Amino acid sequence: MTRKRNAPTRSLRDLMRASPFLLPSVAGLVVFSLMPIILSLLISLTDWNGLDKLAANGFLADHYIGLQNYKEILSGEEFWRVLTNTGYFIVLYLPLLLICSLGIAWLLSKGYRGVGVFRVLYYIPVLTSWIAGALIFRWVLSSKFGIVNNILEIFGIQGPAWLQSEQWAMPSIVLASVWKDMGFYGLILLSGLQAIDKGYYEAASIDGAGAWKRFFRITLPLLTPSLFFVLVVSLINAFQLFPQVMIMTDGGPNGATQVMVERIYKYGFRYYEMGYAAAFSWLLFIIIFAFTRLQLSAQKRWVHYGS
Amino acid sequence: MVRKRLSKTAYYMIAAMIALIAMVPFFWMLSTSFKSRSALMSLPIEWIPSEPTLAAYKKVFTQFPFGRAMFNSVFIAVSYTLITLLSSSMAAFAFAKIRFPLANGLFKLYLASMMIPTQVTLIPLFVIMSRLGLINTYGSVILPSLFRAFAVFLLVQTIRSIPNDFLEAARIDGAGLFRTYWQVVLPLCAPTLATLCITTFMDSWNDFLWPLVMLSDRNLMTLPLALNTLNGQYATEYNVLMAGSLISMLPIILVYIFAQKYFKSGLMAGGVKG
Repeated sequence: MTRKRNAPTRSLRDLMRASPFLLPSVAGLVVFSLMPIILSLLISLTDWNGLDKLAANGFLADHYIGLQNYKEILSGEEFWRVLTNTGYFIVLYLPLLLICSLGIAWLLSKGYRGVGVFRVLYYIPVLTSWIAGALIFRWVLSSKFGIVNNILEIFGIQGPAWLQSEQWAMPSIVLASVWKDMGFYGLILLSGLQAIDKGYYEAASIDGAGAWKRFFRITLPLLTPSLFFVLVVSLINAFQLFPQVMIMTDGGPNGATQVMVERIYKYGFRYYEMGYAAAFSWLLFIIIFAFTRLQLSAQKRWVHYGS
Repeated sequence: MVRKRLSKTAYYMIAAMIALIAMVPFFWMLSTSFKSRSALMSLPIEWIPSEPTLAAYKKVFTQFPFGRAMFNSVFIAVSYTLITLLSSSMAAFAFAKIRFPLANGLFKLYLASMMIPTQVTLIPLFVIMSRLGLINTYGSVILPSLFRAFAVFLLVQTIRSIPNDFLEAARIDGAGLFRTYWQVVLPLCAPTLATLCITTFMDSWNDFLWPLVMLSDRNLMTLPLALNTLNGQYATEYNVLMAGSLISMLPIILVYIFAQKYFKSGLMAGGVKG
């Protein structure tokens, strides 16, 4: 079924066999992804302000400005500052997220009584929309009336003015994001854990392997496909962080939480500099693409697929 | 035996701790939603409202047709999920088990498209949708479900791990490709499909930016859009905002708790089979 032959008729036949399965998805890819992507690439080479009709005659002649948007962005300081902010978010978010979601997966994989209740509780933040979640966190982190600072006060700690402080605004957004996402990635890792053949553990126990050894020699290697998936997806999502910033801080205070997509949104939908926003978004894409390529090529070194 | 009991106690302590962290914000939401406007800003804070009132809830329902928004959210999310599961699992099957030319390149295109921020394609997509005459219709928010790179990626990872012998056996038994997909591959993907079902439903249910652009008709608005309208009107009245948040969460939590039973048995079955 999967043997490779070089004859072109053979490969054409394979394509014919595969195409009914691919058709709906690829049609979606073309209409809802590729076409808009190409259009957006064209827009990034223009000074379009969103007012003139996009497909009108002579549109390109009137608005084409070449790579000027890109040059402007890369030579300004804003891009690099925003990139640093995004990087700061990722450095705090990823390790915390991995630890929490691995912990959740491990807890839920034990067949103890009451585990079903915990599973629901951990997943409720995931069920919440970011609009609701961010509104809740804005109120939870309120410096005077918020529950977090009032709990800290019980222990004699004076909590910061989370979202109004340049120092604490980004960590606040990290906290909210881990709170919201850990259940989701926990569930993905859980299905990875449950797919591991119990026979391996029995064999290891017979050989006298302890709990730690079993974890590092069996669980972790066999979990690497799921871990890989979690890393790739969460990094891409982290670069695209947006609604929580929008509702919790709107980029403030003093630009401390301005991130890539927040800038793109503001340039596009607040200042109507569509060309500039499009160019900005393409630079974001290049960065994400580079990181994902790196992860994909490193995958062979540490990800084990069952034989 | 003692050690086992100790580790069980530690287990429950850690599990309860994380549950507490996950739940505290919701407790605060619930408590706040029953407060009056003046109780909101009283110090020391009232952990539990001393004079609970339904005023905030009344305000929510008089401001927006929340019942209609609930129906819209359900209808859109269910259709979106069904189409995604079908379309993505078919594509994933082709990628994982049919060796066709250009498969690698096409798959890389899928991965690459996943990295494009939604904001990049938002404006051109709006243009395309209005050309198709789909603005302010359910179709505008349901049809994009045909293509979901995330789902295809996850399913390819799963289907790849199904031994080729299984498919070979089906072929020898005379099953065509479609029957192999439907009767062999799909059941073996049940745990992943269950996970995807939940996450896709959630994503569609909670999606904000896309419906915001496509649906301006109040009668078509989903729950997050309703909540956003509320936030625009009552940015500092947290009792109203928290009541709205709670209402917008309730249906999905009920669905999840109800569906839990089915998904759990699916996940467990997958675990036993390996």
